[in-house]
Amino acid sequence: MPFLTELFFTTLSTIKDVLPIVLIIFGFQYFVIKRPLPNLKKIIIGMLYVILGLTFFLIGLEEALFPLGRLMAQQLTDPAFIRAGLDSAADVLQWSDYTWVYIFAAAIGFSTTIAEPSLIAVAIMANDVSGGSIGARGLRISVAIGVAVGIALGVFRIISGTPLHYYIITGYIIVIIQTFYAPKIIIGLAYDSGGVTTSTVTVPLVAALGLGLASTIPGRNPLLDGFGLIAFASLFPIMSVMFYAQASAWAAHRKAKNSALQDEGGE
Amino acid sequence: MRLVKQIIAPLLSSARDLLPIIIVVTFFQLFVLQQPFPNLEKIISGIVYVMIGMTLFIRGLEMGLFPVGESMAYAFARKGSLFWLLLFSFLLGFGTTIAEPALIAVADEAATVAANGGMIATDDAAKKSYAYGLRLTVAISVGFAILVGVIRILKGWPIHYLIAIGYLGVIIMTAFAPKEIIGIAYDSGGVTTSTITVPLVTALGVGLASSISGRNPMIDGFGLIAFASLTPMIFVMAYGMMM
Repeated sequence: MPFLTELFFTTLSTIKDVLPIVLIIFGFQYFVIKRPLPNLKKIIIGMLYVILGLTFFLIGLEEALFPLGRLMAQQLTDPAFIRAGLDSAADVLQWSDYTWVYIFAAAIGFSTTIAEPSLIAVAIMANDVSGGSIGARGLRISVAIGVAVGIALGVFRIISGTPLHYYIITGYIIVIIQTFYAPKIIIGLAYDSGGVTTSTVTVPLVAALGLGLASTIPGRNPLLDGFGLIAFASLFPIMSVMFYAQASAWAAHRKAKNSALQDEGGE
Repeated sequence: MRLVKQIIAPLLSSARDLLPIIIVVTFFQLFVLQQPFPNLEKIISGIVYVMIGMTLFIRGLEMGLFPVGESMAYAFARKGSLFWLLLFSFLLGFGTTIAEPALIAVADEAATVAANGGMIATDDAAKKSYAYGLRLTVAISVGFAILVGVIRILKGWPIHYLIAIGYLGVIIMTAFAPKEIIGIAYDSGGVTTSTITVPLVTALGVGLASSISGRNPMIDGFGLIAFASLTPMIFVMAYGMMM
């Protein structure tokens, strides 16, 4: 019964992860707030769903996606594969020879972000709090586009061997400038979406891609250059979410202006 | 009809969320790498587990995690005790980070980097204590971040001031930190916020902002996660400098 053993051990490790949180919550609830949680039964069932859900999620990922994704990252970054796709076999590979790696980086960044449970959580919350004016789907798609661009650029950085902090610092400057122009209600959410994108699904695959690249390109040290992709994946969504908000505010503004003009013209 | 609404619809929505990954992986496997799928039935069963897991998680989120975070925020606001609220915030950040599996993995790799770079001795004991120190550093920094973020919500400070100060901190630390630690420090910001922490912390922030008069849950409620992914970078670079 390999599945049942796996289920058992994964459940156990999920419970281990959740335990400190549960202890803190119930400790404070009973010793400091001294009032039982409303709907305690429903909350406990909900917590069990969360634990069971994460367990199934992780087992499924381990079984289907991670081995395949890791293998894929390895094969795509293999110099032999990259040479095979080129017409003229140059002695030294250029950064522009890695076309499929960039496409894979962007595609895997986008698709894993869409499936990221923490982002789903934040998007549901934003949708509820904003009364639906910030749609869950639009937010998730713009975050995913940010991650796609970020990881593709991060891959370029590993291949070209340029220092990580130049990119990150430039990114910070852009974020700060955007903050001045973005609608106020989106700012907190945009900053948050940087941190939530990189968890359960994205990190293992992206880390495999970074390490695969850094270990096959001559002159790169996997331990030094393999890191940094996650930093890109957490920075770029901030920009794309603010951009999305700016663009939709601008579109709404234009529409209002146009209809105002039409009203005037009708009079 | 009720069954369809409660079970089938969420499952379909999870399937839709997974569709992009399935398309990407299939395309690269069949058309770019031009290989058949190794043990296809295992992959299909894995995808079904992921779908079930996602559906259960989202259901549990709305039933359990969100209400807990919000009701605790209301209870603290009603109680009016700043000390307990701040202690709770710190512990929530610290407690959820110290046991985070992604962080444990990154800390172990960081210890190997440090040993290879000659910053610490190469024996296992030295690596272990370095990795543990790093985890402790990150956990303290996340606790600190949630604490500062909660103070910000209470005071109504604009979030971008704090973020700008944090960015400045990262840039200054980057100039002084040993270059081996920079990549790890930047990544450690992203790995700290786990799937269970995010909904709880978000609900806490939104709950606090909606129970304090004069705060807008949309403007003031979000932002806690942002701090939690910023402070670890600064703290880890400081740790790298001290070791």
